Amino acid sequence: MHRFANPARFLRLAKVILPWSNAVAALCLGAGLYFALLGSPADYQQGESVRIMYVHVPSAWMGMFCYVAMAVFSAMALIWKHPLADLLAKATAPVGAAFTFLCLLTGSLWGKPMWGTWWAWDARLTSMLILLFLYFGYMALVNAFDDPERGHKAAAILALVGAVNVPVIKWSVDWWNTLHQPASVVKMGGPAIDSSMLVPLLLMAVGFKAYWISILILRGRAEIAAQKVRIIRMAQIHAAAQGE
Amino acid sequence: MTRKQRRLYFVLLGMLALGGAVALVLTAISDSLVYFYSPTDIVEQRIPEGRRMRIGGLVENDSLVKDGKTVTFKVTDVTNAVPVTYTGVLPDLFREGQGVVVEGRMDKGGQFKATEVLAKHDENYMPKEVADALKKSGQWNDGKQQK
Repeated sequence: MHRFANPARFLRLAKVILPWSNAVAALCLGAGLYFALLGSPADYQQGESVRIMYVHVPSAWMGMFCYVAMAVFSAMALIWKHPLADLLAKATAPVGAAFTFLCLLTGSLWGKPMWGTWWAWDARLTSMLILLFLYFGYMALVNAFDDPERGHKAAAILALVGAVNVPVIKWSVDWWNTLHQPASVVKMGGPAIDSSMLVPLLLMAVGFKAYWISILILRGRAEIAAQKVRIIRMAQIHAAAQGE
Repeated sequence: MTRKQRRLYFVLLGMLALGGAVALVLTAISDSLVYFYSPTDIVEQRIPEGRRMRIGGLVENDSLVKDGKTVTFKVTDVTNAVPVTYTGVLPDLFREGQGVVVEGRMDKGGQFKATEVLAKHDENYMPKEVADALKKSGQWNDGKQQK
């Protein structure tokens, strides 16, 4: 793990991985969307509305996955001071926030026809909303300082503190009565979902993860480049000040 | 102990303490985190009439009576049932045997006057043919819908 904390090695590795992650994302999302929208059966109870699930559920997984990734990067940055870890945590945050928002939005659109309401303050929906606010808080805090290092440190602590919300989201439907139904896929006794519907769901989930890898590489590169520019500028100012 | 190790233990201890604190808080306020009460909670705890609350359970079979826009039915958790009246539009999934959450107030006669009816759906997803086949072969378990 420590071997990959080196920015030069990251850039070399990124070059190799990027075309593959792009290809996997395009293939999985293409096939996944085809099966989700056309090639899969309607639900016995929900009819065609069930197709919202193929975006809603993978988005929710992505929201939580990105948060865990952000917290792990933050912990690595705080403990081992890896220069790259802060940048990758920062690069992950907007992706996670976007998918959390997508999850809440599609959930709302799905809730109206199925449950009869756009929104309910039950434990699952509320904890997911808190996740979105944690992302917003992280993104605001990381840019709130003139010294980027202080911003990274403060945001990393916030990311770690907020990580307690992730298990609460996952098990909220088991711990309390909620309007949201319990887990269908990751649960004891195997998935409660027919394989003709599980396959497109998993394709979408893999596609989303590959998309995250691509975005992480692109944003990570941009962050490294921005840091290099900052260092060069600082050196120039320093040299100019000494030359006077 | 190196500084890196010290930071590692510090972070681990911090997470542990934080996790413990959150677990204690959530356990303590668990009652207010539930979205609805079950009919058994209502019967046993004698919740005062006039208080706004939600009850969740299954619509009891053969209890649904429609009278124009007003419907009466019973919400049951198999052990206990609460009679409910409601005037308004019902969600698509509403039917006998379906999980529902009703929001409203208890009136003096022990009748629950709902102002909102929400349908709850279970965690099972399958095509209609599979559902029919399961029902045919007698492997259909309606109890699954219950939480």
